[in-house]
Amino acid sequence: MAVVDQQSGDSVKTSADSQSQGAKTTWFERVPAIYWLLALVLLIMPVMASDFALYQIFGWSFILGMIALSLMFLAGYGGMVSIVQMTIAALAGYMLAIIGDSAITEISLGWPWWISIPLALLIAMIFGTLTGALAVRTDGIYTIMITLAIASAFFYFTRQNYVLFNGFSGFNGVLAPNLFGIDWRNPVPFYYLTLFWATVSYLVVLYISRAPFGLALQGVRDNARRMAALGYNVNAHRIAAYTFAALIAGLGGILLTWQSTQISPGTAGIGPVIDILVIAVIGGMTRPIGPFIGAFIYVILKTFAIDILVSLGLSGDRFQLLIGLCFLLIVFFSPDGILGLWDRMRAYQKRDPLRDQMGEAP
Amino acid sequence: MNAPTTVAERLSASGTANALELRGISKLFGALVALSDITISVHPGERRAVLGSNGAGKTTLFNCITGDFLPSSGTVRFFGEDITTFPAHERIRRGLRRTYQISQLFAGLSVFDNIYLACRGVSQNRFSLRRPGKDDALMASAEDLVRVVHLDEAKDTLVSELSYGQQRQLEIAMALSGAPRFILFDEPAAGLSPTERSELIEILVGLPDHMGFIIIEHDMDVALRVSESVTMMHNGRIFKEGKPAEIEEDPEVQALYLGGGDG
Ligand SMILES: Nc1ncnc2c1ncn2[C@@H]1O[C@H](COP(=O)(O)OP(=O)(O)OP(=O)(O)O)[C@@H](O)[C@H]1O
Ligand SMILES: [Mg+2]
Repeated sequence: MAVVDQQSGDSVKTSADSQSQGAKTTWFERVPAIYWLLALVLLIMPVMASDFALYQIFGWSFILGMIALSLMFLAGYGGMVSIVQMTIAALAGYMLAIIGDSAITEISLGWPWWISIPLALLIAMIFGTLTGALAVRTDGIYTIMITLAIASAFFYFTRQNYVLFNGFSGFNGVLAPNLFGIDWRNPVPFYYLTLFWATVSYLVVLYISRAPFGLALQGVRDNARRMAALGYNVNAHRIAAYTFAALIAGLGGILLTWQSTQISPGTAGIGPVIDILVIAVIGGMTRPIGPFIGAFIYVILKTFAIDILVSLGLSGDRFQLLIGLCFLLIVFFSPDGILGLWDRMRAYQKRDPLRDQMGEAP
Repeated sequence: MNAPTTVAERLSASGTANALELRGISKLFGALVALSDITISVHPGERRAVLGSNGAGKTTLFNCITGDFLPSSGTVRFFGEDITTFPAHERIRRGLRRTYQISQLFAGLSVFDNIYLACRGVSQNRFSLRRPGKDDALMASAEDLVRVVHLDEAKDTLVSELSYGQQRQLEIAMALSGAPRFILFDEPAAGLSPTERSELIEILVGLPDHMGFIIIEHDMDVALRVSESVTMMHNGRIFKEGKPAEIEEDPEVQALYLGGGDG
């Protein structure tokens, strides 16, 4: 696909996808039918699904999907595997609790939402930027190590710091504000709230992936040396990617805090921090839809694994093992996650059987 | 940075200066002396060929000029400005360009996106979050470059799916983005078919007069047809400089390079 959808002036060439559909097409004609179907199903979901499913399954999937999306942006487009995304989400949640309202009134400042939310996001973005500035000097496994080190430092720090982070117990009673006369804690409003922000994050990432900033990031991923030889300040681009990813992770963190009405060191413990990586890998990191697929699978497993195990006569506390096994299976059969599996299936269906018989298969 | 700060200063510095002025460039890789005391001046618009056997240090010289890595000693001046310690992207933004001997492309992006990135890199708003519209000037110049290197058909193809020759053409296109003032071509003709080779010569000969370049080329036919001066390198040193005809006839050169070499 070309950078823009319409060709300029009297140019004779058209981009590949508009060629396949004949004349000029508008953007909504180019969205595959399955996406429209998905959008419709998600919009009318509250009619079909129970409160539990709306709040615990879908709400949570959208939130985890957003946090994993921030990792997908860094890893899929930038080639930087950051373990710190859940930590950034938790930091935003903490700042929301500290600057805004919580049950811990000795610490919480109680400022209104229109100050606490932007400030929480800003602090998350600053933290993400600083992390990026440290991490972009490293490569591959060392990026993973340094961001993991930052994540564990944050976990132990919040657990031991009582002045600001209220130590082991953290903050409870962090509630979404009552805006427009709607109680956003109710399952249906909360479902739409998370659906809205997940969709916005998804579309923004999709849009930016074709804007100069996103393209340049993919250039850095493919060949950083060449990017420098084209006039790009490679490290500045990488750091800016961390800043942007932190915004999405921070948004996810605020929603996560509202969902559970609490934030504590365990939110960004080593387990949850790594789970974000697991989610992104299960879903696939080649396109921004992957993290949401991964999050949905993860949430389903996490919610029902105990029931499945118990019904099989096994001990319920082995649910982590079941999740681990599923992860292993998916990665074993498709290293690029469900998206990779899907792409290969499509390629298989499109293959011309005649050509194969004539022995021209690659 | 000790760069001239204003545009006026930079212009006046470049007024009478050489396009490229290398003084005493050396490069050590551990104990290996890849370059030793290289001094070269190239005036604006000059087209120079650099010849030399494998391992002579030609590519290393390019790397020192573009800042892919820093020389161990010596200075690099570009239109009068001392750029010796500049990061690569600062040099490129001043009008220096290069191609790589081993193609350095963005395998996960289309041909057009590769060229568009090259155009954007030497322009403004590299961090822009807005997709370019149809009135975007860079889109038009990227379209032009696609045509210049005959990649119209493959415009939307992923780079990883290109043929070797097409990758080499793309490599050239990316060095022509924006308004280059001086270009370094590292063996652009290597591995090309005869047709592709003559297309390449056409492109090189057709570059605007003010656009000087250095071309590293093993193929004497290509090198001598597009250049007006020749530098011979051997074992990290400059061995001979002169007009193409002089170099071709020089007995020492013939003994060392043309006779026994792989050229
Ligand atoms: N990054 C590096 N690290 C260590 N040694 C290097 C490096 N780059 C080049 N060299 C060495 O420096 C010497 C000069 O290499 P260079 O690539 O500049 O030669 P060249 O003239 O371009 O040769 P060719 O015609 O094969 O391209 C060689 O001995 C090479 O092994
Ligand atoms: Mg070389």
